Order: sequence, then structure tokens, then C-alpha cells
Amino acid sequence: MSTILTPELTAFWDDPTSFALQSYRRNGGYRALPKALKIDPDQIITMVKESGLRGRGGAGFPTGNKWGFIPQGDNKPHYLVVNADESEPGTCKDIPLMLANPQALIEGAIIAAYAIRANLAFIYVRGEVLHVIRRLHNAVAEAYEAGYLGKNILGSGFDLDIVVHAGAGAYECGEETALLESLEGYRGQPRLKPPFPAIAGLYACPTVVNNVESIASVPFIVGRGAGDFAALGTQRSKGFGIFSLSGHVTKPGQYEAPLGVTLRQLLDLSGGVRAGHRLKFWTPGGSSTPIFTDEHLDVPLDFEGVGAAGSMLGTRALQIFDETTCVVRATLRWMEFYKHESCGKCTPCREGTYWIVQLLDELEQGNGSDSDLDKLLDICDNILGRAFCPFGDGAISPVVSSIKYFRDEFIEHHKRGGCPFDPAASTLFETEPAA
Amino acid sequence: MALSDEARARLAPKAAEIIGRYPKSRSALLPLLHLVQAEEGFVSDDGIAFCADHLGLSEADITGVVSFYTMYKRKPVGEFHVGVCTNTLCAVMGGDAILADLHEHLGIGVDEPTADGKVSFEHVECNAACDYAPVVMVNWEFFDNMTPAKTRNLVDDLRSGADVAPSRGAPRLCTWKQASQILAGYPDDQAAGGHTAGEPTLAGLRIAKAQGWTPDADADGSAPDGSAGTGGAQ
Repeated sequence: MSTILTPELTAFWDDPTSFALQSYRRNGGYRALPKALKIDPDQIITMVKESGLRGRGGAGFPTGNKWGFIPQGDNKPHYLVVNADESEPGTCKDIPLMLANPQALIEGAIIAAYAIRANLAFIYVRGEVLHVIRRLHNAVAEAYEAGYLGKNILGSGFDLDIVVHAGAGAYECGEETALLESLEGYRGQPRLKPPFPAIAGLYACPTVVNNVESIASVPFIVGRGAGDFAALGTQRSKGFGIFSLSGHVTKPGQYEAPLGVTLRQLLDLSGGVRAGHRLKFWTPGGSSTPIFTDEHLDVPLDFEGVGAAGSMLGTRALQIFDETTCVVRATLRWMEFYKHESCGKCTPCREGTYWIVQLLDELEQGNGSDSDLDKLLDICDNILGRAFCPFGDGAISPVVSSIKYFRDEFIEHHKRGGCPFDPAASTLFETEPAA
Repeated sequence: MALSDEARARLAPKAAEIIGRYPKSRSALLPLLHLVQAEEGFVSDDGIAFCADHLGLSEADITGVVSFYTMYKRKPVGEFHVGVCTNTLCAVMGGDAILADLHEHLGIGVDEPTADGKVSFEHVECNAACDYAPVVMVNWEFFDNMTPAKTRNLVDDLRSGADVAPSRGAPRLCTWKQASQILAGYPDDQAAGGHTAGEPTLAGLRIAKAQGWTPDADADGSAPDGSAGTGGAQ
């Protein structure tokens, strides 16, 4: 297939009632489920392994393997937990997916629960998206009414209930063990691993935690076949995924493409960087993935390609910044976010993000020095690999990568005694009269 | 503010129902906190005591949970709580300017309601709508591609009682208390309404369609609808 975009999850989002169960069925939905319920659960796990699907929430762990780790015949309840706590800066794919096509997530969740022998599933959705929560409740209710949820689903003997659970505002709850703590009614702080959730997850029972997009991809794999999914993408990064373009581009939005597409291809298709400007830096997968520059336009956006170029594919959150943007300011704002959201459990992350913000703040105002850059990198070095969960490693990504590519711009701030950029030039409304 | 005996009695069956959703009762804590916030507009000491009673937990334990999550307010906020995204991308695209302007326009501090009780504001972190930056939330509904002037008009409309609808979301904007009710797991009747797929949401799909890259929808588009709603088609 030689097409650059491959709308599958996004295929009928332009239907005004795309969220309704009937629309989903009209567009091919709920054909994978009856098929799945007729085959052995282990065979479904094998299919998902064969498809090559890797977690779409950022880490890229093979989904089928995660399912395969669930012990069977252990006489314990098993749980499926959908991670719908989309909060990584720049990431904005699961929210439109759940608004437009929540039934794909529900069908995927039923198949996943059947495969891992779970009779109760939770959708942990961040609280700050009210209409998404309405749509999820509605989708679950419609699925019960249609006999896709509840007892003896489609006469298969399989029972499943799904509970929609709204969070209450905490980025850290996107980390799977912190999410489970939160779902159990505690502060959302991470747990020591091992044991992994597959062995001791929710209520210390075997639990699979999967991202929304991963689960929503399951009906395609089961319905069309693992081979069809694996035919898309690259050698070790199979299938399609949603790429989210944002920032200084002509047409920001959701672009569903096989893994391995490049930013150049996506920009060429979508009208490029905003008129009269040029690309300065961008994130391949959210703020926790080291930034790239215009040198990286042709990096294949798959797990291996982005990794080899020194970053991570993450959530395919392509935040584009043009030459009007001050990289010191951008980095400071990201670090203020990490400081705000650090859960406080471990010292390197809690204290380190706090120190970094202070240093960056001084640097941005032009009160820093060359040695502050070394101090920043030293603090980052003391967070990397020493934090309790991946938050810490993610938090230092913007600092280390922006100094790597734009060291001179940091120095320029204290040479001049201030920021050389005009923030108004970066805004969407630079022509709007001042207030 | 106090949670009246009448309110406690009225909320008790809902609390029991929420607890019943979970294998272990403590899992009900976050929704129960949304429920008491829906009643009083914030999580009061009485609200915490209510949760403690129903879950058999200490008030101190629950207070520790409340303070971890930014959506729980310990003091009253406005009927319409405005969140301005100032995470990097929105900040750069104009969120910083919007927040500074709003602060000046309303003349109030963070999480502090206007004298009429109508509006309060805070900065929020990334709300997963970066393709619509800069983004402003009102009671957790999306207001997209905002500017300082649009945001000023928005809060003025909210204060004057004019009809306000989000860019993407329910046709009718809920109050803060009604929104908390939905978060507790009691949705209103607006799920099917409202505009949700803006141009950015459809950007890739439109290009793919124009290029003829979409899967052939008719190839399998008609088969099982004869059994509509039963899900029995195979």
C-alpha cells in the first residue's frame, strides 16, 4: 500500500453521529467481537502478538505479550484497565477518538477482556474532559442495551461489566501503577515494579493496563486479521497510529498513518509550517521525548527510527515550533509542568524539577551564567535513572535536548541580559489589537 | 458551609450505588469526592466526613487524597470555572497572554470567585486539545483557538447569563456543580448533542478522502444491519 495516510480508527469521524453504536455498526463495527467470542482466548492473544501491535500510550511495549503475562487458571479475578488519562503535553489523540468513536474502544475492551479472562473492566478517563465522559457513559449504556456487555454476551457464556471512572486531575496517574493506586482510591503515586500489574495489579490481582488507542486497534486486528495490521508500518513497528500535529503549522490536527511516516511527509501533505515561517524545533512524542530540529524531518516516525535519532516515538504528539519561539521559554514552561505534576514520592524528581525551574527562570530572564547550564545538566544527570518511575527520565528530556541543540540561545539570554524573542510573534493572534 | 442532614440522607443512596460499582469500597473515593463537590461546589470538611462515614476511612486519610488532585477545590469556586492552558504549546500560541489578560480583566486571584459568584479561573496543564491551541476550558468543556479578547467576552457572557456553548462539547454548558455530578458517574442527557469533530479532528481524514486513500466503506458496509441492536450478526 503506497498511501501516506491510512484512516482506520479515524475513518468515519466526519459522520455527525459517529459516536453512536448504530453508526459504528454501519461502518463495520462489532464484526470482530462475534468472531472473537467463537475462538479460544489464547488464540486471540496469539493474534495480537502476531499483529505486532505495540502499546500506543508511549512506551511501545508489545500488547499481545502484556496480555500473555496474565497467569491463567489462578482462581483470582483478572482486570482490564483502559488508560484514558491522556495528559502528556502535546498528546491529543485519545480524546478525539473517544469523542468520535467510543464504540471502537468498547468493542476492543470486550475482546481484550475475553482474551485475558477478565469479567470486569475499567475505563480510567481523566476528569477534565466532560463531554468525553458523557460519550463514554453513553457508549457503555448502548453496548449493554445491544447485548455486547453484561451476562452471556452474544450467547457465548462470557460476562463483562465496564465501569467508567473519572480521575481528578493528576498527570502522574497516566503511569500505569499510579493509575491503579488512584483507581483504588489513593493518591496517584507509582508502585515499585516488579511485581508488574500482570501479576499484582488492581487489588493485587492480575491486571492489564492498556492505552485507549491500543485497545481501539484490537477490533481491526481480530476482524481483518493480524496480517492486515502487520502489513502496515515498518519491520518492528507495525500497523497504523494517529499522529497529532499541533503548533505553528498550517493545518494542525489528527493524521492517521502507518508507523514510519516522516514529519516531512506529514507537513508536505498538510500545508507545512505556518506561512512565512520555518521549523525550529519539535517533539516527536510529547514533552517527555527529547526535542528534534529541522535536521530530523526525514526520521522515520517508528519506535526504532526515532530512538536511533536520539528521542522516542512516545505518543506521536508532534508539537511544532517555528523560529519565533524561544527555546528557553519553551523548556521553562515544560519544566514548570513537571514541577507542578511531580507526585512527590521520590526525591530526585520532586526536588530536581524544583531546582531546574529556578535555574531556567533565571536563565530566561537573562540572569544566568554559562555554569548554570552545566549545573542544569548535572541535575538532569542525577535524575536520569534515579527516579522511582519514568516521569523523572521524561522530565529532563526537554532540558538536555534543548541545551544540546540550542546551547548558544541559552547563552544569548545572559549575554543580552534578557530574552531576545518577542512572545507576541509566536501567538496565533499576533494581529489582534492589544487589550 | 455545612452538609445538611437532608443532603446527607439524599446522597446516601447515591453513595451506596457508587460503592456498589467496585469490588472494593475504597475505589469509590474519587467519585464520592466528585459527588460531594457536586452538592456544595467544593470539598468541605463535611464532605470529607461524609466520604469517611461511607467508606470507613479516617478523615485525615481522605484529606490527603483530596490534596493530591487538582480538580477538588477546598473553597468555593465560581459557577463557571475557567481553565486557561499554559502548558508550553498553548502558552506559546497565546495562553500566557490570555491568562495575564483574564487576570487583569477579572481582578481576582486564582480559584477565587468574582463577587457575583459567577466566574473563577486557574491555569491548567495540557488538556489534550493541542491541535486547537490556545485552549480554554469552562467547567471542563473545550473552548478552542482562543484569544485574549474572545476569552474576555466569554467570561463577560458567563457573568451576564448569556447563552454560552463550548466549541466542542455539550450544547448547553453545565454549571460547576452539574459537571461534578457527571464526574461522579451521573451523566446528564447531552451525550448525543453538540459539535465535537472540528476541522483539526478531521484534517487527516479529509486529505485522505481527497486523495482517495480511505478504505472502501461499501465493501462491507451493508451486511449485518438486519439484526440491528441485537449484535447477533456473524
